[in-house]
Amino acid sequence: MAVETPLKGNIGDSIKRKEDDRFIRGKGNYLDDVVLPGMLHMSINRSPFAHARIKSINSAAAQAVPGVVAVVTGELLAQHKLAWMPTLSGDTQAVLATDKVRFQGQEVACVIANDPYVARDAAALIEVDYEVLTAVVSPQQALQPGAPVIRDEKEGQKDNHIYHWEAGDKAKTDEAFAKADRVVKLDTFYPRCHPSPLETCGIVADVNPATGHATLYMTSQAPHAHRTLFAIVAGLPEQNIRIISPDIGGGFGNKVPIYPGYVVATAASLLIGKPVKWVEDRSENLISTGFARDFHMSGELALRNDGRMLGLRVKMLSDNGAFYSDAQPTKFRAGLFHIVTGSYDLQAAHVETDGAYTNKAPGGVAYRCSFRVTEASYLIERLVESAALEMNMDPTEIRLKNFIQPEQFPYMSATGFEYDSGNYPRAMQVALDKLGYQELRKEQAEKRKKGELMGIGVASFTEVVGAGPGKHYDIAGLRMFDSAELRVHPTGKAILKLGVKSQGQGHETTFAQIVTEELGIPAADIEVQEGDTDNTPYGLGTYASRSTPVGGAATAMVSRKLRDKAKKIAAHLLEASEADIEFDHGKFFVRGSPSKSKTIQDVAFAAYTNLPDGLEAGLEGVTYYDPPNMTFPFGTYLVVVDIDRGTGQVKVRRMVAVDDCGVRINPMVVEGQIHGGLTEGFGIAFMELITFDEEGNCIGSNFTDYLLPTSWETPKFETGETVTPSPHHPIGAKGVGESATVGSPAAYVNAVIDAVGHLGIRNIDMPVTSDKVWAALNEKGAAE
Amino acid sequence: MGQPITVTVNGEKRSAEVEPRLLLVHFLREKLRLTGTHIGCDTTHCGACTVLVDGTPVKSCTMLAVQADGQQVTTVEGLMTGGALHPIQVAFKQEHGLQCGFCTPGMMLTSVALLTDNPDPSEDDIRWALSGNICRCTGYMNIVKAVKSAAVQMKAAAEMPAETAAARS
Repeated sequence: MAVETPLKGNIGDSIKRKEDDRFIRGKGNYLDDVVLPGMLHMSINRSPFAHARIKSINSAAAQAVPGVVAVVTGELLAQHKLAWMPTLSGDTQAVLATDKVRFQGQEVACVIANDPYVARDAAALIEVDYEVLTAVVSPQQALQPGAPVIRDEKEGQKDNHIYHWEAGDKAKTDEAFAKADRVVKLDTFYPRCHPSPLETCGIVADVNPATGHATLYMTSQAPHAHRTLFAIVAGLPEQNIRIISPDIGGGFGNKVPIYPGYVVATAASLLIGKPVKWVEDRSENLISTGFARDFHMSGELALRNDGRMLGLRVKMLSDNGAFYSDAQPTKFRAGLFHIVTGSYDLQAAHVETDGAYTNKAPGGVAYRCSFRVTEASYLIERLVESAALEMNMDPTEIRLKNFIQPEQFPYMSATGFEYDSGNYPRAMQVALDKLGYQELRKEQAEKRKKGELMGIGVASFTEVVGAGPGKHYDIAGLRMFDSAELRVHPTGKAILKLGVKSQGQGHETTFAQIVTEELGIPAADIEVQEGDTDNTPYGLGTYASRSTPVGGAATAMVSRKLRDKAKKIAAHLLEASEADIEFDHGKFFVRGSPSKSKTIQDVAFAAYTNLPDGLEAGLEGVTYYDPPNMTFPFGTYLVVVDIDRGTGQVKVRRMVAVDDCGVRINPMVVEGQIHGGLTEGFGIAFMELITFDEEGNCIGSNFTDYLLPTSWETPKFETGETVTPSPHHPIGAKGVGESATVGSPAAYVNAVIDAVGHLGIRNIDMPVTSDKVWAALNEKGAAE
Repeated sequence: MGQPITVTVNGEKRSAEVEPRLLLVHFLREKLRLTGTHIGCDTTHCGACTVLVDGTPVKSCTMLAVQADGQQVTTVEGLMTGGALHPIQVAFKQEHGLQCGFCTPGMMLTSVALLTDNPDPSEDDIRWALSGNICRCTGYMNIVKAVKSAAVQMKAAAEMPAETAAARS
């Protein structure tokens, strides 16, 4: 029997994940598993109204419940200047409401008790006298003259307008439109949805009253940035704050912001002198923490009669909820939405964006997407589908005609991005071959003759991820570099400490593989640590597909730094000149005589035992990596659907996803992330929706109303790849965590529109539910 | 006022006085410190809290601890026997059937119940059986693969003559 050689874990090896050993045993350590001696529990009383003035708060009944230690109100926080906190977008957000409540579910008061059940009982006993005000539930309503001003506490805020932001060249775009043979227009709404990681958000705040040290266990995708923001918000000395982000049960952007519950629990621990735990329930998670999307978009594409695109004009109005707390770089008020030119060689584009306050939950995080790239990708891919329909062109033909060509890279887009590398026609061809596109088109034509509805959806997305060059990208002013610290021990084993933080991405395995590739130490011998701010170098965290592009680059660079030092030691051991030393997969040898060599393990031992004169002991280093550019993953997704004319039900028959994320460190892990993203994209396209009634009541506040895909309805995915390395990344990787969520919604919806476009239907907004499809068919007299 | 209960958890009799309203999941997590059982939604939708009660998958966030009195409960911590991983645990790792790990205990326990009832499930059988357990990371593809792989392993082990099995262990 052949014996399999165990993989060392080089780049490209699908080694099994190290973190799984604890997870499959039920020995992960998630936030709610943290229990400290004397720990108290917190529960939050939330507003039942979307917009109301607080007349009074009476907490006497709550205080009287045996086991209740304290009730915290906004008034109490105000005494400590903590009633309001800054958001990641430079706005302010109420920690606990003092004057008004501005969305249903807003935090009003907190009970701290010795038992979680008691805390909850008591929170329900807090009496709040509200004067109900008119709720503003859409950005269009918000911007009407005379609309109630939601943020009346802000000096100088006279209406509900938040920002106006533009990208591209208006004059050049107008010129392109003037020259066009035709203009295709699409209005579409990307509705509010929610990342809904399976683990909700929470904190265990442990402030030591004697020393003032605060140890905060938090579900944090960005522990270092959170430490700094905590220092600023709470006025605590930063050296006294230690944030520990334990195992995280999924993040998808939901665990990027700082939530009021974190702040109150910390303040309560400080005031009471005992640890305080707060873990939100699912409804709290859905109604009050970082939602995503809620973009009302209007796109116009200027075209020549032969299908060549000349210009793009986009207007977007975002619904930001009651506080502008988007997590995005300061310069870009609508995130990276201006990537909306997508995969196409558009000479002119102009993007105009506005944001409005409404009486809805704040958030504006990017649900598995890099700063609003998802909405942009959706708009352009849906718009191209409309153009193909209007011009009677095959959706692949119009794309091939307009793709940025491989020889055009690096490519400067009309809205100011420098695309690093790509080969869009190749990715599309691989996808078409895999699907058997032409055959399916024939089948569709046959079916259509019989009145059956079948559609093939195409999306060829381009993302912009890996923020970022520090001079352009920041979070709350903190530049978006990232870091890696590598310590090689005398026995040749290593610890790698990172500024990023896994939420399931498998960093303990894949980042070790980068070191294996660069230094030759087997992945099994490398311990990867993240999440503890006392024990890891400063970094901006994991979101926006930035871990591999930035933290991965830092890991490669610190490995190379150590390799350079190791070379000096190897030269000493081999009694040769450093210039003559070569390195190959963990072995140093004198050029020309590979038999005489020293392993990285020999060298590591010598770094502590036998050094050349004048060289510092140890084999350790740290690198802070500021990327020269973003990375631009891309791909083509194809979806085949069948639609029942009697019910409007859409059945996804096939889903082919060809991704190019540059070099793949661990193909198994990459593939797994793509599967997950395609599923979340499927959920967004067909199921997931958070909406509000006219009074601002949230509909979608639990998993009965907010539908997530299960194994039963989730399609089976067929994946493929092309590899176009990033030219500026040390190992050529681009990041992949979000590609599938960015690219797939348009592919799913385009498939539906492809099935019904011949009936004159051009758009059905997500989620594309059976009733919407049936209604659209019925309007055209095509329903059964 | 506490109510006395005795629940056999992972083969061990555990007695306690509990509030009648205490949820089974809190009994397991807080009183017994078996934190492998997770809470994802509180409303029986997500399945992160799935345990086996007398062999049947139950969402322990909507069952009271007092209802488990006198019954056998298996949690993820009870899947290993004699220091050896259960085939479903091995398969989840081998087939990359988990990412963040939060749904994994519930997924594995539901899978074990399926394989006990149906040692040779089709893909549809597996997808239907797991449809009460939500995973946000994997898209279910590799979870299905893992369950199939565990089925093959368990069948092979069951068909192996006892003496061979003993010799191999």
